[in-house]
Amino acid sequence: MSAELPIHLHGVVGEFETPEQLLEAVRKVRDAGYKKFDAFSPFPLEGLSEALGVGFWDNLVPQITLLGGLVGGLGGFFFQWWANVVSYPQNIAGRPLNSWPAFIPVTFEMTVLFASIFSVLGMLALNKLPQPHHALFNSERFFKHASNDRFFVCIEAKDPKFSLAESMQFLQKLQAQHVTEVYDE
Amino acid sequence: MSMQKPPADAPRLIRRITPVIEPGHTYASVTDKIASIVLTRPTSKGWLAGFAFCFAIVMLLLVAVTYLFAKGVGIWGINIPIGWGFAIVNFVWWIGIGHAGTLISAILFLLNQKWRTSINRFAEAMTLFAVACAGMFPLLHAGRPWYAYWMFPYPSTMGIWPQFRSPLIWDVFAVSTYGTVSLIFWFVGLIPDLATLRDNALQRPARIIYGMLAMGWRNSGRHWHRYQSSYLLLAGLATPLVLSVHTVVSFDFAIAIVPGWHTTIFPPYFVAGAIYSGFAMVLTIAIPLRKAYQLEDFITMRHLENMAKVMLATGWIVAYGYFFEFFMSQYSGNKFDVYLDQMRHHGPYAPFYFALILCNILSPQLLWIRKVRTSVPALFILSLVINTGMWLERFVIVVISLTRDFVPSAWGRYSATFWDYATLLGSLGLFTALLFLFVRGLPAISIAEMRELVAHGPEAEE
Repeated sequence: MSAELPIHLHGVVGEFETPEQLLEAVRKVRDAGYKKFDAFSPFPLEGLSEALGVGFWDNLVPQITLLGGLVGGLGGFFFQWWANVVSYPQNIAGRPLNSWPAFIPVTFEMTVLFASIFSVLGMLALNKLPQPHHALFNSERFFKHASNDRFFVCIEAKDPKFSLAESMQFLQKLQAQHVTEVYDE
Repeated sequence: MSMQKPPADAPRLIRRITPVIEPGHTYASVTDKIASIVLTRPTSKGWLAGFAFCFAIVMLLLVAVTYLFAKGVGIWGINIPIGWGFAIVNFVWWIGIGHAGTLISAILFLLNQKWRTSINRFAEAMTLFAVACAGMFPLLHAGRPWYAYWMFPYPSTMGIWPQFRSPLIWDVFAVSTYGTVSLIFWFVGLIPDLATLRDNALQRPARIIYGMLAMGWRNSGRHWHRYQSSYLLLAGLATPLVLSVHTVVSFDFAIAIVPGWHTTIFPPYFVAGAIYSGFAMVLTIAIPLRKAYQLEDFITMRHLENMAKVMLATGWIVAYGYFFEFFMSQYSGNKFDVYLDQMRHHGPYAPFYFALILCNILSPQLLWIRKVRTSVPALFILSLVINTGMWLERFVIVVISLTRDFVPSAWGRYSATFWDYATLLGSLGLFTALLFLFVRGLPAISIAEMRELVAHGPEAEE
């Protein structure tokens, strides 16, 4: 990172009109050796994850969901067992205290409940949301179009390869429109 | 790209089926059309009148519930032996209606059915509101609703725990899990659209409210990656959940030994009936909605026809259930079961039974005819008929069985009072009032998913 980068510079943003152009540009940004960059699409775009080079460690949502399911399932079952066998045993129509088949419906519901909650909270946490403000929202065009009809690429200033002039030129070479720098303040 | 026409030499038969989105839409036009309902369009007189009417019915509910809390469940028609009256009928009916929303949003998502896109959002909202209406009834029915929290396991000073072998406790867990997961699923689906509303809102308060709800979503590709994986997992979790909920509700009956309740066919046929009535309710909502907000481009004839087909199919599963209920009780030779069947066909509540057969089995057969399936008024009327039929089904199950127990000394009669009807009507008012608020305040169709359809073009489906 060169020393003369303006303070508060978040990065440079370029705009594309179609998903195909975005995917093409993202691949080229990645091939050029950039690490800290992101693409923005108003809907989940097929192939974007691959183009961004998202790896195993970038998405731990399935693992977190599984963990939630295990916590809910095991916790749910053993809680019922503890409540109805150890803490407050009751003779219901002569059935065994540990009548485990009767505990299955609640165990199932708890598995689903905890897996769902873990999944969503995990997704939000990994995405660092809620995050009410972000530097990109300072860009007028990004704010108006990223959630509507345009596709964006942002190369962040944190990237070791980043240089204001060169990175802007690079985006322009990729036929990005409205290439601008974005400041965070 | 978005306006791409099929190549001139493409075979014409590709376009034979009605598309799931009318051609000619762009990303911006989709955003505009759906977001404008919430953001820019003036509140119409029709909306105000409709909401005011429903709100008045909610006030009736408030009166009915207040009077109930003051006097107790004696104001209802229930008695001994018919301890489960309208409250349980309404509970089962409402929770069933909710099921179609989850089915559309989760199961059709897993099956990659593109036609779900424009109906899933409000179908999910319908689920939430139906579950809210359903959840109210066991509480009202509890007699002392202020002790309802006793059903949840919490470390009480009394040192006691719920009895987990009871289907009624399973019900508490099933319904509360279902409500929570439906809410989460719906909200996760809303996040990208809330961001769109935030970015397009004209007034500052709207921008702040939508902005807080959107939690700073900025359509990042890396975020979408985790988002999609979470959404897929939620769909996978909601699928067995929705099947389990009505199964557990049917256990409330099937685990008991009352004639007409104690049958193993209850779980599958309750689930099918739930989907049946839910799709009918989706149609009841979709038809006025697309008309009022000119959404015919997004909720096309294709959607209505597909829903009609689902109703026809699930209607036959329900018919199969009715038939086997009848057959098994005759075949078992159990005199209580045989007698209950006689009571259904010839007893004091026989008109309810035959009305149920007419509404749920006979009239939906009209859906075999393509002309009926593609006629909007016919579908609307049939959807109302089916929902009435499904309510009657629960009435027949709950009331006829309880009036004809094992010994004649335990026989009785049941008739609903004004307050029963007021509560039922009130719950309908609550449901529609919530829907009115939803349509006004949130995008009734998923904007992000509609953009996906635009990207793939109207021809790319199946």
